[in-house]
Amino acid sequence: MIAFEAAWKVFEARSGELTTAVADISLDIAKNEFVCLVGPSGCGKSTLLRLAAGLLLPDRGSVSIGGERVREPRSDTGIVFQSPTLLPWATILDNVLFPAKMMGVASPEIQERAKALLKLVGLEGLERRFPRELSGGMQQRAGICRALIHNPAVLLMDEPFGALDALTREELTIELLRIWTTQPKTILFVTHSIPEAVMLADRVVVMSAHPGRVAEVLRVDLPRPRSFQMESADEFHRCTQRVRQLIFGDRTLQAA
Amino acid sequence: MAAWEIACRQLKVPGYLVPAPSAIWADVTQKYGLIAGHTVATMRTVLLGFAASIIISLPLAVVIVSTPLLANTIYPLLVLTQSIPKVALAPVLVVLLGTNEMPRVVITFLVAFFPLVLAIATGLNGVPAELIELGRVCRAGRWQELVRIRLPYAIPFIFSGLKAAITLSVVGAVVAEFVNADRGLGYLIVTSTAFFQVATAWAALIVLSIIGIVLFQVVVIVERVFFPWALSSSS
Ligand SMILES: Nc1ncnc2c1ncn2[C@@H]1O[C@H](COP(=O)(O)OP(=O)(O)OP(=O)(O)O)[C@@H](O)[C@H]1O
Ligand SMILES: [Mg+2]
Repeated sequence: MIAFEAAWKVFEARSGELTTAVADISLDIAKNEFVCLVGPSGCGKSTLLRLAAGLLLPDRGSVSIGGERVREPRSDTGIVFQSPTLLPWATILDNVLFPAKMMGVASPEIQERAKALLKLVGLEGLERRFPRELSGGMQQRAGICRALIHNPAVLLMDEPFGALDALTREELTIELLRIWTTQPKTILFVTHSIPEAVMLADRVVVMSAHPGRVAEVLRVDLPRPRSFQMESADEFHRCTQRVRQLIFGDRTLQAA
Repeated sequence: MAAWEIACRQLKVPGYLVPAPSAIWADVTQKYGLIAGHTVATMRTVLLGFAASIIISLPLAVVIVSTPLLANTIYPLLVLTQSIPKVALAPVLVVLLGTNEMPRVVITFLVAFFPLVLAIATGLNGVPAELIELGRVCRAGRWQELVRIRLPYAIPFIFSGLKAAITLSVVGAVVAEFVNADRGLGYLIVTSTAFFQVATAWAALIVLSIIGIVLFQVVVIVERVFFPWALSSSS
């Protein structure tokens, strides 16, 4: 569904200095697959997501969705940004409806869908509030609803649970998995949390920094539907250990 | 007020220099109709000039923001209009536009519009990159980006520009009336001081400052009523 073929992205800083954000990324994500992206800060995870979203174009190589080259943002793609990025002048409901309005598909059914999504993430009754009247975690949840409003086939999520407390995080993890099961979509999910990545993903893509490359792609053989009881499974430990090893080298293993 | 009154009486300040409040008040009640007439004339000029500032500044700022190349030619022209002394420009404008209200409105506009253009352009340009990205993800065109993202984002900036512009509009109208008018509070100040009716001049001055304060407050209230989110997001 999403295919990176030897994609490179180089940024030029204002000083003229060049940064290779991602180098030679080749990655094939199957239709309705759930892929998590982990790696140290600055390794190019957000850049990879922006390439898939069509917000950036690769300097070399290509990115395509459903066999079509991505040249601009597509209407079948939803994205959750690393920060909530809500419009301060619009109510929570209007923020969630924003993509639908902009794409000209707003309808009473979409309104109902927005309310249902807000209820799903625990924001029921806050539809008329303004973003500044919500906590950071609540804003982030509204941002997730916004990405889901037009039921996109591809969902790109940049640390969507980063600003949430551990409890809400677990709740939303289960909720996201449920949405994904009932409304199948291809998900590319960036996270800093190794257990979260393993819990969610079919495959975990581990990246290394300077420049950002794919270090290894790890298949998670845990059954679905997933639950947090699986955190004690052997497969879960094998996967998290392997990811840690790839990111930190052998340091953590010796300390343990 | 009381201190002013007492100071005038105790120090025996001559009425033709600084009249006591009681003297000014007596003057206002006596010439009520006259002052009201001039007030209406000045208000007209202020509001027309202010309206012209808004109508012209908004598209101008949009052009400056959307075409950087054009901005490089527009900015020097704008600065030029600001560096010409308006008092010197007024008689020229009268020759150009005739001895009607037009030159006064133009002067008012010239004095008031500059900070407004700057404020709007700053707001339109200051939109965080993430919000622009959001617009692109939602497949917004340039026009939609302007109307649905840039303009709303610029609202707090626009209002700080409007507050400066309304205050300057009063200044501009009075400057214009000094040079060329047969009505208005500026004209009243010039004529009454020429005839040593100092209390009348002071009355006009006080009415002018009241106009300034009231109009400023109107802008503040409009912002508070229609754009309540703009206040807390900017503070
Ligand atoms: N617009 C840009 N201009 C210049 N350099 C950039 C830009 N965006 C990203 N970079 C650089 O590219 C590299 C990768 O950035 P990216 O945001 O993709 O990292 P990340 O993996 O998402 O990090 P984090 O986990 O901290 O969010 C960094 O070195 C960053 O400095
Ligand atoms: Mg990032």
